[in-house]
Amino acid sequence: MSSDAPNASEHVFEHTEMLLNMGPQHPSTHGVLRVLLKLDGETVVDLDCDIGYLHRGVEKICEHDTYPMITPYFDRLDYVAAINGDLVYVEAVERLMGVEVPRKAQYLRVILAELQRITSHLLWLATHALDIGAATIFLYTFREREEILKIIENFIGARLTTHAFRIGGFEWDANPEFERDVRAFLDMFPGRIDEYETILSENRIWLARTVGIGVLSAENAIDIGLTGPVLRASGVKYDVRRAAPYSTYPEFDFEIPIGETGDTYDRYLVRMQEMRQSIRIVQQALDGLPEGDVMAARVPRVIKPPAGEVFHTNESPKGEIGVYLVSDGTNTPYRLRVRPPCFVNLQALKQLAIGHLMADVVALIGTVDIVLGEVDR
Amino acid sequence: MNRAWGNFAQRRKGATVSSIVRPGLVSFAVSLFLCVFDAPLREVAAQTQTQAPPPPPSPVVPTWSPVELIESLGVSHGFAEYVVLPAIQFAVLLAAILTAVAYLVYLERKVAAFIQARLGPMRVGPVGLLQPLADGLKLLAKEDLVPQGADRLVFLFAPVIAITAALGLLVLVPFGAAWGTVTDINIGLLFLLAVASVGVFGIVLAGWASNSKYALMGAMRSSAQLVSYEVAVGMALIGPLLFARSLSMQEIVEAQRFTGLWFVVLQPLAFAIYFIGSLAETNRAPFDLPEAESELVAGFHVEYSGFRWAIFFMAEYTNIIITSAIAVTVFLGGWSFPGLETAVSWIAGTDPSTPLYSVVFTLATLGVFTVKVALLIYVVMWIRWTLPRYRYDQLMDLGWKWLIPVSLANILITALAFLLAMRPDQGGVFGLLEVTKNGLWIGWTGTAWFIAVNIATFTVAAWLLKKLNRTSWTTDIDALRRAEAQKRAGRLATATERGAR
Repeated sequence: MSSDAPNASEHVFEHTEMLLNMGPQHPSTHGVLRVLLKLDGETVVDLDCDIGYLHRGVEKICEHDTYPMITPYFDRLDYVAAINGDLVYVEAVERLMGVEVPRKAQYLRVILAELQRITSHLLWLATHALDIGAATIFLYTFREREEILKIIENFIGARLTTHAFRIGGFEWDANPEFERDVRAFLDMFPGRIDEYETILSENRIWLARTVGIGVLSAENAIDIGLTGPVLRASGVKYDVRRAAPYSTYPEFDFEIPIGETGDTYDRYLVRMQEMRQSIRIVQQALDGLPEGDVMAARVPRVIKPPAGEVFHTNESPKGEIGVYLVSDGTNTPYRLRVRPPCFVNLQALKQLAIGHLMADVVALIGTVDIVLGEVDR
Repeated sequence: MNRAWGNFAQRRKGATVSSIVRPGLVSFAVSLFLCVFDAPLREVAAQTQTQAPPPPPSPVVPTWSPVELIESLGVSHGFAEYVVLPAIQFAVLLAAILTAVAYLVYLERKVAAFIQARLGPMRVGPVGLLQPLADGLKLLAKEDLVPQGADRLVFLFAPVIAITAALGLLVLVPFGAAWGTVTDINIGLLFLLAVASVGVFGIVLAGWASNSKYALMGAMRSSAQLVSYEVAVGMALIGPLLFARSLSMQEIVEAQRFTGLWFVVLQPLAFAIYFIGSLAETNRAPFDLPEAESELVAGFHVEYSGFRWAIFFMAEYTNIIITSAIAVTVFLGGWSFPGLETAVSWIAGTDPSTPLYSVVFTLATLGVFTVKVALLIYVVMWIRWTLPRYRYDQLMDLGWKWLIPVSLANILITALAFLLAMRPDQGGVFGLLEVTKNGLWIGWTGTAWFIAVNIATFTVAAWLLKKLNRTSWTTDIDALRRAEAQKRAGRLATATERGAR
């Protein structure tokens, strides 16, 4: 552990307080997050996050790899939403090179990205509910997540770390059954969301565990720099798909669900609504799927973007993911920097948790929805 | 670290003041009223006296016992009755219960699997039936670890306390009629509750001795939870005891047989309180905070491994069996079932003194009891895999501000209704029930009366709870939000204040 990591000796403890080390081996820290809790009885008085257990130096590695070789690293940032990671990187390079991606490829990308958003939210719901003690919903969501992963596997060839896109479009066109499978899923899924909501939304215990827990005002959320559902639950209508449209998102009709007070229950409702909106987008994209090629015609074999820089952002399931790319004209980037939504959103944890009980901390880690692969990079 | 439970007591005190004192005052006032106006009430009653129908004869009980069989082998009567037979019974019982525990784990996994749209254990044996055996062997083969810095002696001894308290209770559970039960003492139910609460020592000591903060917090939660819910559970049992007029487990069953009514009909509210309380007593979801996997990793037994861990596991499931058995005995008629005697007489004739009758009757009652307990345990599992988990302070609220006031109100109203329903010459008013030498006789008018009283009790309980829990009763999300914000501010203020001091 590095010397600037938080440790017990830095804190001043009253005689009624104790330090509880939560993680990195703990079932509810969603990976290798270490949280140091200063507890008074069960009340959280102070909290520190210690990250870096999954640090792999992705940004530095990228400086030594050619542009196509970098895409798989983006699979492994937010490993439960690999396609969204791929998309932002591929689009950043395309912007730098000035490549025009065919419309069919753009539509397919939107479909895949939105399906991946649903899987990410399903995983969030599963683990969040499990942390609060509702074990059964975990299996229900994984049943539906499996359907999407099958669709993705049939198209891309991999389930999680997909490496879905090439710079300029797709390697292959969608498999013949793709449209049928996705439509079958779309027919089935809204009923399943209703099922989850039946189990949770009006359950007294669920309400008691989420309503009023971890309230974050809109000003606070903006100050910390939160994005994604966590920000929208506080009542800020900010979604990159609308605020700085990319791909073909302006062509689709969908709403941005927002919350009122920014508590855990609002964040739950917002994500549930987002899944429904994703279905709408996929439906529209599938209905209007254009004919044509899926690969841009004029992408050179060796990718050497012209010298320059670009900052490109996408709406990932966790929030606004950004790529800052500096090219010096060679076949490797001069600098690549990722703006990870999870890392920024995690900063809210302290504000959310202080004054709540220890049992709420796991609910709050769940509600922020972090993936340590992206926090640590 | 020793101060981890700092404000547990304080938080509980806050919850109790209004909820305990007020019903207590009311009950005091009512009893005062009854003392003062006792004589006038009796006079009124003497005029309105009605004649209750004559009670039926006491139900049959087989008279033959295996003691006679043992005696015929040349053993003296006392030795046969008090040593040989109980020893055989307990050996059979122990084997049966340990097998049942192993298969409850299997059942739990299967029930969970079916609720969760999967199959559960399928690999070991046909449909996974040998899974408990494989699990047991695996656990026996594991290393028995004692963590560094643990209080070694206490750490090793804690599981023994837990399992002893659990298994020791089995002798008193009325699994069947006559010799289907090991023993029956006249303070049976009290003894059960008393010994059951010894089990908490196993948990507390395990948590303490582990030298782990997670284990300690699990133990602290567990002790607070058990102590709180024991009050509600104990008071819920008073209601049916008014009708049973005995603490002996067998006599409670006989009382229900004689009355022809399961006490759940007369005391539905008490049954609900007992059932919820027993979930908390056995650390089952939604009250499984002491071992809350997502918060405390595994709670009090986080440092245990191998067979010592398995012992805790067995103690837990034995406790589930016992609390369900108490519920079945007190509320659901125990081993009795309408028409059981008729069914037995088809096979074994009608003479209750023959060995055949005794055997068939006892086995039938054992079967009835097992089925009832199994159904109740299924409900327990069903709840576990459906509901999320309560938080610590909410659990305390539920215990002290919901269950205890309701159980107090229930005792008060039931006792009052009971008093009014008794025959005037026995100290009552309406004469709807009769205390005979065989037990309490309640005619259909009495049953109707008590059902009406129950409806009234529900209303009163709902009113009381609404008064006591203004914030948590509401379904208005904004009100819940405000309440939670207030709680948070209060906690922060307490913590800061203590810090300043």
